[in-house]
Parts: sequence; structure tokens; C-alpha cells
Amino acid sequence: MHPTFSVIFLTTLIGVGQGLFLALFTQQSYSAANLLPSQGSDFYVTGSLLALAFLVGGLIAAVGHLGKPSYMFTRAWRGITQWRTSWLSRELILMPLVMGLVFLYGAFHYFGWEIRFLDYNLANQLTLLLGTITTAAVFGLFIATAMIYASIKFLQEWACALTVVNYTLLGGASGFTLAAAYAAYAAPELVGFYVGWAIILTIAALISRGGSLIRNARIKHKSTVQTAIGVRHPQIQQKSMGMMGGSYNTREYFHGATAAFLKSVKWIFLVLVFPVPVLLLWLGMDGGKGLLVAAFVIQYIGLVFERWFFFAQANHPQNLYYQTV
Amino acid sequence: MTDTAKVIAEGRTEVKNTTCYMCACRCGIRVHLRDGEVRYIQGNPDHPLNKGIICAKGSSGIMKQYSPARLTKPLKRKEGADRGDAQFEEISWDEAFDILEERLGNIRATDPKKFALFTGRDQMQALTGLFAKNFGTPNYAAHGGFCSVNMAAGMIYTIGGSFWEFGGPDLERSKLLIMIGTAEDHHSNPLKAELSKFKRNGGRFISINPVRTGYSAIADEWVPIKPGTDGALLLAIIHEIIKTGLYDRDFLVNYSNSAELVNLDSGSSEYGMFVRAEVPEEEGCFDPQNKLWWDRNSGKAVLSRTKGSDPRLLGDFQLPDGTKVKPAFQLLKDRVAQYTPEWAANITGIPVETIRRLAHEMGIVARDEKIELPIAWTDVWDNEHKSVTGNPVSFHAMRGLAAHSNGFHTIRALSILMSILGTIDRPGGFRHKAPFPRPIPPCPKTARGPEDVQPNTPLNGMPLGWPADPDDLFVNEDGSPVRIDKAFSWEHPLSVHGMMQNVITNAWRQDPYAIDTLFIFMANMAWNSSMNTDQVRKMLNDKDESGEYKIPFLVVADAFQSEMVAYADLVLPDTTYLERHDVISMLDRPISEYDGPVDSVRIPVVPPMGECKPFQEVLIELGTRLKLPVFVREDGSRKYRDYPDFITNFETAPGSGIGFLAGWRGKSGEKDMKGEPNPDQWKMYEKNNCVYQYHLPKSYQYMRNWNQGYLQWAQKHSLTRYDEPINIHIYSEVLQKFRLAAQGKTQGKQPPKHLRKRVETYFDPLPYYFEPLESQLSDKHKYPLNAVTQRPMAMYHSWDSQNSWLRQIHTYNFLYVHPQTARAAGITDEAWMWVESMHGKVRCLCRYSEAVEPGTVWTWNAIGKAAGAWNLDGSANESKQGFLLNHVISEELPAHEAGEHISNSDPVTGQAGWYDVRVRIYPAAEGEDKFTFPQYDTMPASPGTPKRRSKQSYFAGLFTRKGEF
Amino acid sequence: MTQLALVIDLNVCVGCHACVTSCKQWNTSGQAGPMFDDNPYGKDPTGTFFNRVQTYEIGSYPNTETLHFPKSCLHCEDAPCVPVCPTGASHKRAEDGIVLVDYDKCIGCKYCSWACPYGAREFDEQQKVMKKCTLCVDRIYDQSLDERDRKPACVLACPTSARLYGDVHDPDSEVSVAIRERGGYQLMPEWGTKPANHYLPRRKTQINIHDDELTRVDNPLKKEDIRHETSKDVSLDDWLM
Repeated sequence: MHPTFSVIFLTTLIGVGQGLFLALFTQQSYSAANLLPSQGSDFYVTGSLLALAFLVGGLIAAVGHLGKPSYMFTRAWRGITQWRTSWLSRELILMPLVMGLVFLYGAFHYFGWEIRFLDYNLANQLTLLLGTITTAAVFGLFIATAMIYASIKFLQEWACALTVVNYTLLGGASGFTLAAAYAAYAAPELVGFYVGWAIILTIAALISRGGSLIRNARIKHKSTVQTAIGVRHPQIQQKSMGMMGGSYNTREYFHGATAAFLKSVKWIFLVLVFPVPVLLLWLGMDGGKGLLVAAFVIQYIGLVFERWFFFAQANHPQNLYYQTV
Repeated sequence: MTDTAKVIAEGRTEVKNTTCYMCACRCGIRVHLRDGEVRYIQGNPDHPLNKGIICAKGSSGIMKQYSPARLTKPLKRKEGADRGDAQFEEISWDEAFDILEERLGNIRATDPKKFALFTGRDQMQALTGLFAKNFGTPNYAAHGGFCSVNMAAGMIYTIGGSFWEFGGPDLERSKLLIMIGTAEDHHSNPLKAELSKFKRNGGRFISINPVRTGYSAIADEWVPIKPGTDGALLLAIIHEIIKTGLYDRDFLVNYSNSAELVNLDSGSSEYGMFVRAEVPEEEGCFDPQNKLWWDRNSGKAVLSRTKGSDPRLLGDFQLPDGTKVKPAFQLLKDRVAQYTPEWAANITGIPVETIRRLAHEMGIVARDEKIELPIAWTDVWDNEHKSVTGNPVSFHAMRGLAAHSNGFHTIRALSILMSILGTIDRPGGFRHKAPFPRPIPPCPKTARGPEDVQPNTPLNGMPLGWPADPDDLFVNEDGSPVRIDKAFSWEHPLSVHGMMQNVITNAWRQDPYAIDTLFIFMANMAWNSSMNTDQVRKMLNDKDESGEYKIPFLVVADAFQSEMVAYADLVLPDTTYLERHDVISMLDRPISEYDGPVDSVRIPVVPPMGECKPFQEVLIELGTRLKLPVFVREDGSRKYRDYPDFITNFETAPGSGIGFLAGWRGKSGEKDMKGEPNPDQWKMYEKNNCVYQYHLPKSYQYMRNWNQGYLQWAQKHSLTRYDEPINIHIYSEVLQKFRLAAQGKTQGKQPPKHLRKRVETYFDPLPYYFEPLESQLSDKHKYPLNAVTQRPMAMYHSWDSQNSWLRQIHTYNFLYVHPQTARAAGITDEAWMWVESMHGKVRCLCRYSEAVEPGTVWTWNAIGKAAGAWNLDGSANESKQGFLLNHVISEELPAHEAGEHISNSDPVTGQAGWYDVRVRIYPAAEGEDKFTFPQYDTMPASPGTPKRRSKQSYFAGLFTRKGEF
Repeated sequence: MTQLALVIDLNVCVGCHACVTSCKQWNTSGQAGPMFDDNPYGKDPTGTFFNRVQTYEIGSYPNTETLHFPKSCLHCEDAPCVPVCPTGASHKRAEDGIVLVDYDKCIGCKYCSWACPYGAREFDEQQKVMKKCTLCVDRIYDQSLDERDRKPACVLACPTSARLYGDVHDPDSEVSVAIRERGGYQLMPEWGTKPANHYLPRRKTQINIHDDELTRVDNPLKKEDIRHETSKDVSLDDWLM
């Protein structure tokens, strides 16, 4: 597939936003269970705004993926109608929902609103409840986003549970890494907590992403040029695609890069997303702000490469009809 | 409501019938208009030629109509600008006509041959020829010389008809079709439709071709062959068929000269001629029935067709006067004795077993699957036949055979093969289309000498004709050519379509003489229609010491800004086919069907753009101004208001009743084929789908060379002058007459000394195989490969690169090379490479192909363009990645014994030897430019051409309104 | 239930591209239009087409087959492009099975085209919506047309009538008979999309000649008194007593 930057930024940015929210809410949950020191509302408010900023960034990127930006206002609302069948529709529902919930989560913290659902002495029950719902929505969004890709069964590189796991873990890892950097400024006592989780999630993501790389390297494509045109012969070569100046089919489904370039992108993301951030996180464990910010920035850049590679590696069966690109 | 929905709902729609002209096929079309813009061009389902189908080109007519390459103003080359710079200023039609009237008037009053009119892919040779004849110039021809004249001449001089317009395979009844040397563009739509039906009916389709594309793709068997060797294959098949006795003896005896006895007395001036009962005086356009047979019953010579006789086809006899004779068929057998399948296998690259099998398949299907139709008919000898029979083996061939310097003999061999299988004008075989069959050769003759060209006088003779003997040649006293293209001279005696490919070179070299004005209509001589294009472009712009152009005045009439337009001194903007009246005439190349004559018309469906003027109107206006007899009354006043008026009222001779259109003649349109002019003829065509079809009675539809009813009908309706039988020339006495002249054995015209051997060699009365001339003169070790081209189905010659839909299909071209051949030369797939002949070289892109004979490389012709031509952007792929193979092909042969500047053409017919070139290939070096070579300066858009759109959303009814056009 | 479709006969397709441009000319001025062309007179011209004819070479010389392969939307019975559409723009009509895009609902997200394994959809770079073959839905029901003209433009144009059109659910339709009797097949059956369009394979006609068919008693050579020469080699006949 041809990687488009709108989708690359959409998925990576909302991943960060979702992960950061999870990081905030994990902290709140831990502190509710008295496992971590509790934080003032500023921590959550600023954190939520930060998460929201990433989510909005993703949304803006998504607009770039529409035919025309104006469709955002004139037609995108229709996107909620096909939730029964379309993962994209589900994403379109969940994304504003997550944004709204994250906003409310921040707002509730800001205003300190409180409703006691439970009798015993537990603070912030309203935000805890809201956070739980948001967490569910966030996970739903991870799944919906990933399933957009994983549900296309003939895109065999994507059609796999690992795609969902990867999106979730990579989003989570980047969010927790950002949380670590954020904590270095806002709540230094949480740095260790976030660094720990960020490292765990990053390593988990490495395992699952590595797993999908291994799987994809061994993939046996079900479709062949023989099934594509229905001719049984081992030697079939396309001589003409029916057009010579290119078409949508040649632009949308081909990355246009060399195999060597693809390979180097793979190694770039493998280095930038996993070992380098882990090392920087580990070095920044005692609150080195620069190190932690660098860890996030590098990991995020790595994720852009990762997502580019995710698209580029997917080999669409329609390409069997367009072999002379 | 969106704009488009509104236009769909409210637009004013009309449907008008006319005839397509996106290629030479001439299908009937229904043009749907919305608010005056072309909305949809549909194949006319009620048209006999295409019955509703339409091709990629026809379906893209809209993009031709609204092409930015359209010329819309008369243009004059700017003072000081060079030819080729395409620097023009607009002028008015009045000024253009004034310039032409003055210049051509002077030429006509002094030396009419200094005016040369040559036309390209037009379909109005009857009119352009009439103009030239009335002007008095000998220098006229259309593009046949560089197209497929060998096909016409080779077949017409043998069977009295030819493929495409004049005849074709009867695929409705055929069981076996052999297609040989046919490119994708030949008789496009009807052939496609028939092929499909033929295959679905279980017919077997064999394609013999160096390349497997297009039609060959769906063949049951592909037999790859080396280019230029088809003659060897056909002769070997004839050998095998005669050897095994698979020929149709009855057919040959009754309908060909096979049994007629040939004089073999080597001392006689009649050597090689048929022995005749008496020597008659006749015009030489039909075969008198006065030859002899050797009767097997009585064992002696008898007048042919003597009742009760049965001639020998084989044997060696002596007449009572001691003259040694053989039947023509024995001579054929003697000739092909050397052409064994083993011999042919080496030359053609086709395995011996395949050659034998092909011969057996043809022979056995012809013999064992005979067709008998319950149609009674009478032959010219008054024999009544209860049925029409046929041998269901058919052939189709085209430029792949024709465009070789040995093509005439190859096509003679094909015609003879078709004849010995007994398939001429019979069901399942080859069928004629009116006005064919015609006598062998047909009657029209050209002028014969310089005295036939006189100031202010029409040419004494036809501009093109069919020589029957050396005296019909158009030569000076010393045997040198009268025509600028040297057609009908001893260099190419039977060049019946002229030799347009040599006009520019000859005019530039002033050989045989200098001309003043060269008028080119619709031919891209500065690009794909010329061999040796790079040099020809220089010749067009070349000046002598005094600074005068070698070709002083160049007029180009075309609808589009072609490469040739850049070289014009005067440009006349023609209309498109949707903007004009036109006739597809019985006097020219009609669209007849097997069962009778068909002609058709074009009627404008949209008004001309800008100041475009149909070329027909230009000719009539110019002819009237020059007071050419045909266009003016006796007092010199204008005779025809305009072209439609001319078509309605013109008769070939006063009161002849024959005009350009055969339908609805007679005062009220009640007459077929012949009759007084009908003032409402156009309207009647318009009402009838723009087409006129005449169905012959069933008993006139077959065996027309010998069908009494048909021949009398044809004579009565003035299709032919005689109702004599048209016997097949297995043995060609016409050719022998030229040979005898070359041997000095005749009284009449004889070739100049340096051409005697050439004429003697190539005017062989029986077909034979020789290596193409260029090949003979090439270093085949250095240039081991053949290079050929063909036209794709979706493009008509150079015409369609301006068409934004068609150019998306063929945007540039590759040189297709067999992977082994390419690898051996070190060339990788899709890499830049060079293809080089002894004449020049071209850098191009390579594409591996398993569908090409390994000793051949090929490409789609005329996709490559000069930068800026056809109003494409200078960076368009056509000029940067596309290439023209013509740069490596020469219009002249290297100096050899026949002379220094002999055309690279068939020595018999002057057919351009496009496919004879030998080449070598090698990779482009690292760091070389990544674009084709040669490159030319970008041609600027001419004044008056529409703007070149960078984006386009065609929607009929909105296009002009939204300012897109 | 009706399922309209095309059946493409590869046995007779000569690759002329008539279907390609007849489709373009009909649809660019029809309900699906305009069909945009980008850089139509410059470098790398590219435009929206609903139908393309491709060329494949099968096997190696001299046993090469050249295959022309027209491809447009296959109107899958289980069309994967439909459920993925978030807005419902991409839909399959219940009444005739045609898969269509409602341009007014399309947001141009291209997801439907990703979900098509055949590459049958083309994004219109000017209108910014997804387009595809409509089976000329604005022709086939148009009562103002002659009945014989109520067919997709490509079907009317095709010079070799390689494009059959009809209801593949009607067992007696021309298309169903062709599929059943001439080996009609679907593209990429492995994905279970059940394309409604089918393809008919190449078939070969051969002539088998027996040696004893070569010469017949009425061989014309016999009329010329040409006999086989007597063998000069020693034969069994010279030895057997």
C-alpha cells in the first residue's frame, strides 16, 4: 500500500493521546488504591489537555484523509450510520467519543466535581467512573482503528490479531513514554512509575510487533497472478496494465520505494521505537527531563516510520493486476 | 441540483447519423449531441459494415473533436522563420486562395509537372485524382505506395481482387483461416466481429506472424516466422500441396490459366508467352480466350475449353510446328520443385513438420469439407451449374507481407496458393467486394510520356493506372521517369499507387527535375509517414546556394498540428469528420460487402470550428479559380456551388449516369448504381443511415470472375467495361512481357541499360523467393536482427496521440525484444537501449517479450512524437520515452548495380520496404540521457489552436460553457 | 433475485480497448460524470476509467499465449467494498445486484477501494469521490432508448461481442448458459467474494489428420499419369519362394 501521511499521523497521534490518557488514569487508579501518591487536579487537567491535543492532532490529520476537507462538515456525520458493519464507522463514532470523554475527564478534574457512588471513603469517584468508561472507549478505539486494517482479510499482512495488539501496545507505550516525560515536569515522583510501565509496554510492543514482522516475512499469499486472471500456468507475465501514465490503482497501492529502502525503514523503526527509548527512559529514570522528552520524541518519530512500514509492507492483491508499475 | 444533473435533465439532445473516420474502417455511427456538444458516439446498429459495434478509436471521437491540436486558421510561415520552426501568422482564406491561385495558375500555364499533390490517409482519391488530372500534373498519388500497394497489385494482377476494401475471407462459412502478416489495424471492426463468430462456430484459426498480439492472440495456433520470409513459406506449402495432389484440379482447369500452354522456344520473341490460336488486337485489359490446352484424350493441342477436351496440367509437349510447350501449372510445379519444406524451414525458422502440416491442413480441409449451396448459376461459357460449391479455407494478409521488397512475389504466391486450393470467390474462401473483380490488370492507364503533360491542359491519361505491358509505362524517350516519384518507370514499373515515400527526397535532389509547389494533404511526411525521417526533415528545410528552398513552396492541409505542419509555408485548416460532407465512393475505395456494392456518406453533425474548411471545398474552390475544366462551365464560370453540389451533379462523362455516389440515382432516386443526378440524393442517404447497400441476387454473389449474370450486371451498371471472364493468372504473362522487354526481345518500350538486369530478374512470370533487397545489401553479421512495427488497435497511425483518452492507453512505446536476444546483448528489461541500422540509430526503452520471434524486434509505430507536435506538452511521454523507428529505415537502397538512388521498395510495385531493415541492439551506457534519441526542439502551438488543458472534465453540454474548451 | 453482470469471453477478446473508451465516453457525460483527466496533454496523463484492458504473456516462446484481459467492477455478490463503507455510500442494490457508489454520501476515504481485492475502483481526483463501473445503470433502464440499446456501453461497442450481459441468477439467460457450458469462472475465488462477473476461458480448435487421409483415390495427380517409381532396392519379393 502507498503510505499516506494523513493516516500515519492520525493513527500515531491518537495512539499517543489514548496511551497518555491510559497513563493518567492508571496513575489515578493506583493512587485510588493507595499504591501511588495522589496528585492534584492540575496533573490530570494538564495531562488530559495534552492527551486531547494529540487526539485533536489526529483528527486534523484524519481530515486530510477525506476527499475534501469540507466533507468533514457536510458528509462525515454519515460516518456514524454504518456502525453495524464498518470498523471505520465505529472508529468515527469512538474517536469523538474518546475525545469528549477525555475532555470531560479533564474538566471534571478541573472543576473538582464529585459524586459519591460508593459509600466507602474513596475520593474522585466521578472521575474514576468516567475514567473507567473512557478507558473502555480508548480500548474500543484501539480495536476499531486496528480492525480497520485487520478486517480486510485479503490484506494478509494486516489480517491478524497481532495488528490489534500492536496498535494497542504501541499506542500505550508511546503514551506512557510521554507520561514519563510529562511527569518529569509535573510530578517527578511518578517518573519511575511511568518509566517502568513505558519500558514494559515498549518491550511488550517489541515482542508483538516483532511477532508480526516474523509472521509477515513468512506469509504465503493466497492470491497469485494465476488466481487473479484465472489461468493455470507457472509462467505469466503482465505486459500492459491498460494505461501508461499511471492510475489510481498504481498510486494508491504502491509505496514506490525500493526493497532496500523498505528494509532500512524497518531497521530505523526497530531502533527508534524500541531500544533507544528504553535506554533513554532507563537513563532518565531519575528525572532527567531532556532524556525523557527525547525518549518520547524519538519513539514518536520511530512510530511514524513504523506506521509507514506497516502500510508499505502490506501487499494488496490488486497489485497482481498492476505488475509493471 | 448539480450542474451536471441539470444538464442531463434539461439539455437539448439530438441524434445524427454519419460515418466514422477515426480510421480507414468507415463504420456507421450515431452521434448523440447535448446542447450542441458531442455526448456519445455509438456504432450504428443498422449499418451493414459494423452493425452497431465500434472500436476504441471510434468511441474516442469526442476527444478528437475537442483536441487542442486542431488547426482553426489558415496560416502563413512568418517572414524570416525557418521551416520546422512552426512560426506562423494567421491569414484569411481569401489571402490563402489568392496565394495559391497565383502560384498554381502560373505553374499550370507554364509547366504543370512543377506542381505535386500527394495525399495521405484520406479517403477521397477520386476527387484529389480528378483535381490533379485536370490540373495536368503527372505528380499525384495517395499513400498506397508506402502502405500496402503490394497487397493490391500482387493479388489484383493474379486474381482480379484483393484484401480489405476489395475482398476478404468468407469467415461465415470458412472452416480454416490462415492469417499471415496481418497487423492489428487491418480492416479492424468487421474483421474482429467475423473472427469472433468464426471461432465460436468452431473454425480453426492459424496465425503466421513474427509477433503474437491482437488478432493472433486468439489464434488456435501461432506460427512465428522471420519477417520477409513469408514467400518461402508459401512456396513450400504450394510445393507440398502439388506434391501430394491436394490442389483443386477442376477449379484450376476451368478458372485459371494453369492448363494453358506456354511457349518455351527460347529463341522465340514469344518465349514465355501463351501460345495463341491467332494473335488478336485488343486493349489489353481482358484475356482473350484464344490459348491452347493439351488434351489428354486426343493427345494433342486444342483450343482451350474445346468441348469434350480434358487438358493436362502437367507434362512437357511439342506442338506440330515443333514449338516446345508446357502447361502453366507444370511451370509452377517446376518452379516450386526447389522450394521444399526443408529449404523453407531454414529460411523461415518454422519447423519442417509444421510447414508440411500446414499444407496438409489446408489441402485436406479444402478437399474434404466442401460446401455446396443450392444456388444455380451460369458461367460465362454458358455452362449451367446447379449449385455453388466452395472449399472452406480462407486467408487474410496485409502489410506484414506487403511491406517487403519481395512482397509482390510473396503475395503472388499467396494468391496462387489460394487459387490452387480452389478458394477464389467461393463460399468459405476468398470473396470479392464490388467493384471487384476487375480485369487483370484493370483497364485504367496512366499517361504514357512527356507529351501527355501540357500547359493549361488536363493530363492525357489517368494519374494512376494499371500497366498491362511496357508501353503503358509513364517514361521519357530515354526510359527515364516522367513523374517526380519515379512511379510507372522502369525502376518500379507496376507502382500502381505511386511512390509517395520518395517524393520529398526526389524533389529535394531535383531528380528527375525540380518542382515548385509540393502540396501535402493529411500526410505526416515530417514524421511517421517518411522513411529516414531525420534527413527528410532537413531536406524540407534545405536551401540552395542562392538561399532558395530546394522545394520552393510547401502547402500542408490538415486538421491537426502534426509534425509536417511545422514545415509548411502555407497551412490550410481542414475540418474533422464530424464537421463535413464526405463520400465513401464506388469510384474510390468503397465499403462494399460480399453480397453487393455499398457506399456511404458523411453529413456534418456539428458546425466547423473556427475557420476550418473541408479539404473538398478547398479543392473545388481552387479548381474553380484555376478554371480546371471539370469545375467550370465552358464560359469559365463556376459550375458547382460547393462540394455537396459537386457530388450530386458530377458525372464521369456528360450523361454517363455515373457519379461519386451509387445510391438513389435518377431524377427521383429510383435508380441503383447508375442514373441521372438526383437533387435529393444527400437527403436520401441521410434518411437511410448515410449508407447505400445493393444486394446482388444470390446467383450473382459467387464465382464472379466467371459468373455470366454478375459480369453482365457489372457491365450494365458500368462497374466494368467488359463482361469477359477474369481468369486467374497462375502464370503472369504481364510480367513476362516486361521481362521480354528487358531482354530486348520486344518492339516497344525497353528499359535503360542499367535497369535491364533488374527488370529481367524481378519480372518473373512465376512467383519466386528472394531475400529482401535491403537484407541482401546489409552486413547481416553486424546487423543480425529484423525490426518491424505495427499499429495498435487503439491508435490510428500518428493520429491519436492528441486524443487524451487514447494516449492514456499508449503513452509511449517500447522496443519488444525476446528475453534471450536482449540478454545476449546485455540489455535488461525496461532499460534504455540502442537500436541501430546501417542508416541510423535510436535510443529507446526495452521490454522483454516471449511473444516475438527471437530474431525480430518490434514496436508500436507512430506512438513516438516530436516534442510539441500535436500540441502536446514538450515534456509529454510521447517525445521523451516514445520513439520512432523510421529514423533507422532508409527511403533509398545503398548504391548497387541498379543505381545510386534506387528507392528502398519492391522492384515491381514500388511498395516501401518498411520491414526490410536489419538492426543490431545494445544497451545504453551508464550515465546516458534517460530519454529517447533523437530529440527535436519543441514545436510551439500554432496560432488558432485551442488551449492545452492541464485538467479536463468532459461533460457534454457543459464543456464549452465552463470554459474548458 | 436478479444479479446483473458481465461475462467476458477471453476466447475472442483481441484487446482492442473499445470497451475502455466507449465506457469513458458514455459515463463522462452521464450520471457518473464527469470523469476527470489529469494532465491530458502532458507528461504522464492519467484519468478516471471504469474499465481497463490488460495484456499478459503466458508461457515461453514459441508456445506463448498472449492474453487480453478486460477488467472492471465484478459486482460481487458478497461485495467486500460495501460493508466497510462508513457512510453507506457504497451499496449493493437489492433489485439487480449492481454495486454502486452514491457520490453525495461518499467522503472520499478510499476505504472501499482498499477492501476490493480486484482494484476495480477508481478515485476521481477532481470530484474527490470514489467511482466505479455502474453497469451503465443510466442506460439499462432508460425507457427512452430502443430496447436493443438498453445495455452497458461497453457491451454495445465490443467488436468481438466478447462481453455478454445479463442476469446470472436466471439459469436460462445467455450469461448463465455461457458460464455453465463454456467453463465460466470467477476471479480470486479464494476470498469468497462471489464476483457476479465471470470470465470464459480460451479454447482451441484442432484438426487431426490421419496419414491415410492425405491421398484419396481421386487424387488429381493420377490424371497426369504420374506414378510412383518402381523401387530399385531388393525386396522380400525377390527372395520368397
